[in-house]
Amino acid sequence: MNTFFSVLHRDILLAWRARADLLVALSFFVIVASLFPFGIGSEAEQLRTIGPGVVWVAALLASLLALPRLFAQDFDNGVLEQLLLSPEPSVIWVSAKILAHWLTTGLPLVLIAPLLGLMYRLEPGATQVLVASLMLGTPILSLLGAIGAALTLGLRGASSLLALLVLPLCVPVLVFGAGAVDAWAGGMSITPHLSLLGGASLAALALAPFACAAALRLACE
Amino acid sequence: MQWQSFSEFIAMGGRGFFVWGSYGVSFLLIAAELWLLHQRRKQSLQRLCQLQQIEKD
Amino acid sequence: MNIFRFSSPQTFYPLAGKLVPVFATLAALCCAAGLYIGFFVAPVDAVQGEVYRVIYIHVAAAWMSMFIYLVMAFWSAIGLGLGTRLSFYVTQALAPTGALFCFIALWSGALWGRPTWGAYWVWDARLTSQLLLLFLYFGFIALTRSIEDPRRADKAGAIVALVGAVNVPIIYFSVKWWSTLHQGASVGAGSSASVAASIKLGMLVMAFAAWFYSLAVTFARTRSIILERERHTDWAAAEIARLGSRNNREDR
Repeated sequence: MNTFFSVLHRDILLAWRARADLLVALSFFVIVASLFPFGIGSEAEQLRTIGPGVVWVAALLASLLALPRLFAQDFDNGVLEQLLLSPEPSVIWVSAKILAHWLTTGLPLVLIAPLLGLMYRLEPGATQVLVASLMLGTPILSLLGAIGAALTLGLRGASSLLALLVLPLCVPVLVFGAGAVDAWAGGMSITPHLSLLGGASLAALALAPFACAAALRLACE
Repeated sequence: MQWQSFSEFIAMGGRGFFVWGSYGVSFLLIAAELWLLHQRRKQSLQRLCQLQQIEKD
Repeated sequence: MNIFRFSSPQTFYPLAGKLVPVFATLAALCCAAGLYIGFFVAPVDAVQGEVYRVIYIHVAAAWMSMFIYLVMAFWSAIGLGLGTRLSFYVTQALAPTGALFCFIALWSGALWGRPTWGAYWVWDARLTSQLLLLFLYFGFIALTRSIEDPRRADKAGAIVALVGAVNVPIIYFSVKWWSTLHQGASVGAGSSASVAASIKLGMLVMAFAAWFYSLAVTFARTRSIILERERHTDWAAAEIARLGSRNNREDR
């Protein structure tokens, strides 16, 4: 457990020192989401229908943008190798790194989403559902993305490869995440969507760190 | 036999483009894969022979 | 007989060499028979007319593309679990053929969809998950090709194949749910209740053709990969020298 918290603390500290990078991903999220009205027009009713989907796609792209940084720095300066040599099970510190990554890139997206909800004229209830779905869904993006980041670590064209690997796998998250808001707007129950998202989060939490640790070991061999 | 003539067979009840379009492209792609496989075998063999020569010298 | 003997590249290589022509012949025979049944024996579909005859290539390709991904995941798991090199070679040899069948299924599905549903592309659950499967194949191929260290490429590809295989049912389920929510079950063209026996037979024979074809192509590709990867072993070096001198004689 000690390893977990010290790696978590260290990664958050490092992220805080390079906070300009975090702002880039966050502003990317806002910019992508605010570009859509220019493309499709600003009619309120239309915006309300596409809003949740747009916010979800923008969140997916923004979290993808931040992924290559997840392991790259530690890979370059040899920290990753040291961690792999340490006697602790690698799953522990891999989970800590993914959690730190989610706290510094995923959580800000969730927190700023209500603002985009306002831009898209979502009703307050819809915004709440959107935030809840992002809260449950963005950890899956971080966990799946971490596997991709570990697999493409140190490769040429890593970031585009990463997109090719991760984006198709994220489709279910998008379906249930944006679907929850649609269901709410249609007066249906949102419990199935949110519980599926939560279940998928737990499943990813249980499996992804192992795949990620295995991929990291490959990269450092 | 359900086709009265060859042209009727080609026409496929007016949907010839869709039927032959899918079969045509499919078999073209399969032929392309076979050709690429052949090329790959030839080229990799050539390269391996060269490597073997270099390592021998 | 010990089947594990064939898990060594050295014994698999000559065996595959003998099997490739056998499977290729079987594939050609099945394909000819299946197309004959499909075009000359099977009756016309009462609802869709002659255009339904796309089904023989479409269904065989769609089945094969999914089956190949499962086989890739299976061999990846074996390779990661037991450390057998040959499993990784087979996985990588399967991927291009799987992607090919995936594309054929999409292409024939689009051409079939235009006259039946009125559009080349509908966001139907089966078509959409087939498209995502194609992206998974592309991801696997791109990743294994761009890693230079072959042993890392083997294992990284295996991890991707396994992660993808775990996700395929989830993707299918989510896309199915999504498409029924958004457009109702309007495109359920499955007249599964009353399919003539000869149509079923044609589909089955074509599926066998696709299966034998995949076996032949995969074994041939595995042979190339084996030679490339095992070239430092004595037997492979001898085989390369033998093939090289034969080629030189042919050139002269």
